[in-house]
Formats: sequence, structure tokens, C-alpha cells
Amino acid sequence: MIVRVVLPSHLRTLASVDREVKLDLAGPATQRSVLDALEARYPMLRGTIRDQVTHQRRAFVRFFACEEDLSHESPDAPLPEAVATGAEPFLVVGAMAGG
Amino acid sequence: MSRIRVLVGTRKGAFILTSDGKRERWDVSGPHFGGWEMYHLKASPADPNRLYASQSSSWFGQLIQRSNDGGKTWEPVGNKFVYDGPTGTHLWYDGTPHPWEFARVWHLEPSASDPDTIYAGVEDAALFRSNDGGQTWHELPGLRTHKSAQSWQPGAGGMCLHTIVLDPVHAGRIFIAISAAGVFRSDDDAKTWRPMNRGLRSEQIPNPTAEVGHCVHRIAMHRSRPSVLFMQKHWDVMRSDDAGESWREVSGNLPTDFGFPIDVHAHEPETIYVVPIKSDSEHYPPDGKLRVYRSRSGGNEWEPLTRGLPQRDCYVNVLRDAMAVDALDPCGVYFGTSGGQVYVSPDAGDNWRPIVEHLPAVVAVEVQTLP
Repeated sequence: MIVRVVLPSHLRTLASVDREVKLDLAGPATQRSVLDALEARYPMLRGTIRDQVTHQRRAFVRFFACEEDLSHESPDAPLPEAVATGAEPFLVVGAMAGG
Repeated sequence: MSRIRVLVGTRKGAFILTSDGKRERWDVSGPHFGGWEMYHLKASPADPNRLYASQSSSWFGQLIQRSNDGGKTWEPVGNKFVYDGPTGTHLWYDGTPHPWEFARVWHLEPSASDPDTIYAGVEDAALFRSNDGGQTWHELPGLRTHKSAQSWQPGAGGMCLHTIVLDPVHAGRIFIAISAAGVFRSDDDAKTWRPMNRGLRSEQIPNPTAEVGHCVHRIAMHRSRPSVLFMQKHWDVMRSDDAGESWREVSGNLPTDFGFPIDVHAHEPETIYVVPIKSDSEHYPPDGKLRVYRSRSGGNEWEPLTRGLPQRDCYVNVLRDAMAVDALDPCGVYFGTSGGQVYVSPDAGDNWRPIVEHLPAVVAVEVQTLP
């Protein structure tokens, strides 16, 4: 199953990727499985989206998909069908904040 | 002819400034890592092309970047900073216990002899070391587990370990400084630590002469004389002649003894530099005049250095890691400001000129003297 992930600008630069990356998942599409696959392919992203030990989402990072904020969903909850089938991307977003 | 490379960390990226030994014409490279806070960049003394950089942001956390070609290209290396064992608590601003939480790397200090060995001072205060060029990091927990650590409190900028001085003569001796705990020294390669704050007086804490709790902003040493240390404290410029065992005030005739950086001339161990700042609530120079003060007597007698620096309407700050010297003769002195200027004096402070004037706020300045 191919899942599409859109990264924020700074992380695209860090990982040297285009706006969208495609990940081949072996199992169900969840936040955890997507991020595991993302970090396995792009190790430099470890720690930038979620804590390296607790895997807790960083405070100023949000997860959106299908026009919904999934940031507070369980990391093991199934992602929407449209994300799992690759019809819609899973969006990693840097929270809107000054600085 | 020698060349100079200046490594500049700013609130929105890193810049590398290069010149020949005349230090008149400069090339500017950057921004590297644009948009990221670059708390510190430093080169390995053992391999001048090996650079390390601390890259962080509130959104995406901490990264460490490494270059093997003098900053032309970079690669992210390890960024897993995990405290070793139970973290315990320190005191929060309101005096309540607060768990240790990693926030960022403030300072990187490469070993003098091994390009792959590097120390990192972090917030919340702890010391880490990598022996593999930054790929993996291990805490040296003897400091954070010191018996006084539960009483440490953050300064306004966070509870940061911001200064690491490796003694070039006494093997295993390391000095560090924490805001607001003070100076600590290890004589056994970071296994055990002793507070080194006798003689400091800080009216802002309940016991002004407490063993720990002082907001030390910076300490500096001349390589030829490692038992002599100079300190810019929150208020007060201090000096130790016994490797930190005791300190005495050498603020002398400074217009104000608040400030952040302090540094030592490359060839004159008794010539030191500070940038007086009006107060801890007004982080700008007195009277709108940006003045570096130089003492040629190791403190107490200070002269203002103003030639080439703005002497009216100047309200910038100079942070603790934003001053450095080169090793040429005459010695070059450099500092960066919160207004985005980096100044150089190619003649030990007598004359100054801006290298760049419109960078993001400068956090750190380091200088390499290259063959």
C-alpha cells in the first residue's frame, strides 16, 4: 500500500525531498506506521516530528488529512481510508506560530 | 598568507565569513540552514575543515550538522540527546520542583586532539559527549547528578550549560558554566564535579555568596595559563588565579559590569575584552554607545574601544557566545550583535569595522585562523 506524505518546508530541505514523499507500508496505515516508515527511509527526520524515545508528537507539529486535524488521535488508530489508499496525503504541518 | 574563517550562528541560519590575513575584504556564505536557530558552530582544532553546528527550532527540535570541508557541505548527524538514568528535578522559576527536560544544544566544544570527539552543553543543563563525530551522544551524568542539582534554577534564557572550557594542560580537567548555577570543574574527565564559585557575590539570590546559584554568563582562559580564568557574571567581571578555586572582582572602572561575553587576547594573557551592557532589564549598551572595553592588566583598569563602532543611537546586545579572537599578529577581535552586525578589529581592538551589517540576530561567533 502506497501512502503519500506531505512534509513542511524545513523538513523537506532537511531530507532533500520534494513536497510529497511516497511510502510503501506493509501493514495498516496508522500515524505510527507512517512515521516509522518515514523515519526508516529518512533517518535525519528522527526527532523532528516526534520524540525519539517516547514517540510523542512535538508540540508545534500537527497531523492533518482529509481536511481533519488528526493530531490528537491515537497513533495506532487507522488513518482515513483515503489516506490508506493513497487518494489523499497525510500532512505533517508546522503549527502556525510566530518566530 | 593566513586566512580567517568566521563561523556565525544567528536566530535564522548560519553564515560563514572568510578573508585573507589582512581582514579587510570578506566573502559571505549563507544562510546555511535558513530559518533555523543556530546556537553555535565550532571547528575542530585537530582538523580545521571539520565543523559542527547546533541547529534547532521550536517546531522541529534539535539537529546537529557536521561538515568535513570547512562548511561548503553539511550532513546531519546524531540528534538523540537522552539523559542517562532518572532525570530528577531542578527548581523552576517559581521555586517548585521541575523535571529535567532537554530543550537544545547551546554550545559545542570539540576536543583539541581528536576531530571525532566533541562535547555538547545543553538545556536543561547537562554535558554530553560524542566519540564518533556526532553520530551518537552520551550524557556524562556526574554533573547533572551533583548533589546541588536539585537546587539549580534557570536564568531568563533557560537552564543552560553554555560554556565548556577544556584545560589544555591538565588532562581530564574541564570547566563548565550553567545559568543560573555557576561554574563547576571536573578533574577526572567529567566523572565528578565541584562547584567553583567561591568569591562570587550575587545579590539576586537569597544567599549572595551561596556555593551554587550564580548566573555566570561566560568564562574564558588563555591557553598558555590555564589556572587563570576570567568571568563575565550577570553583574560583575571576575578573575581567578587558582583554576576557579576562588574569584575576585576586577570590574574596576567599567561603566557597568553587566554583560555577556568575555574573551582573552590570543598572545597577551593579561589582555581581556568585555562589552558592558546597561543592565539585566535593559539589554543594550549605556548611552546608546557600542563600546568594547579592554583591560591590558587582567582587569580593574579598562579602556573603552570606540573607533569604528556606533557611538549614538545604538541599542543592540552582544550575547555570551558572540565574541572570539583570531590567532594572527596583531590579534583580531570579533563580535556579533542582536542587530545582525558582525564587527572585526584587526588590531586588537583599536579600530573596528563591520564585516556584515544586516544578518538576523547574532547568537554565536567563532573564528578559525587557517594556514
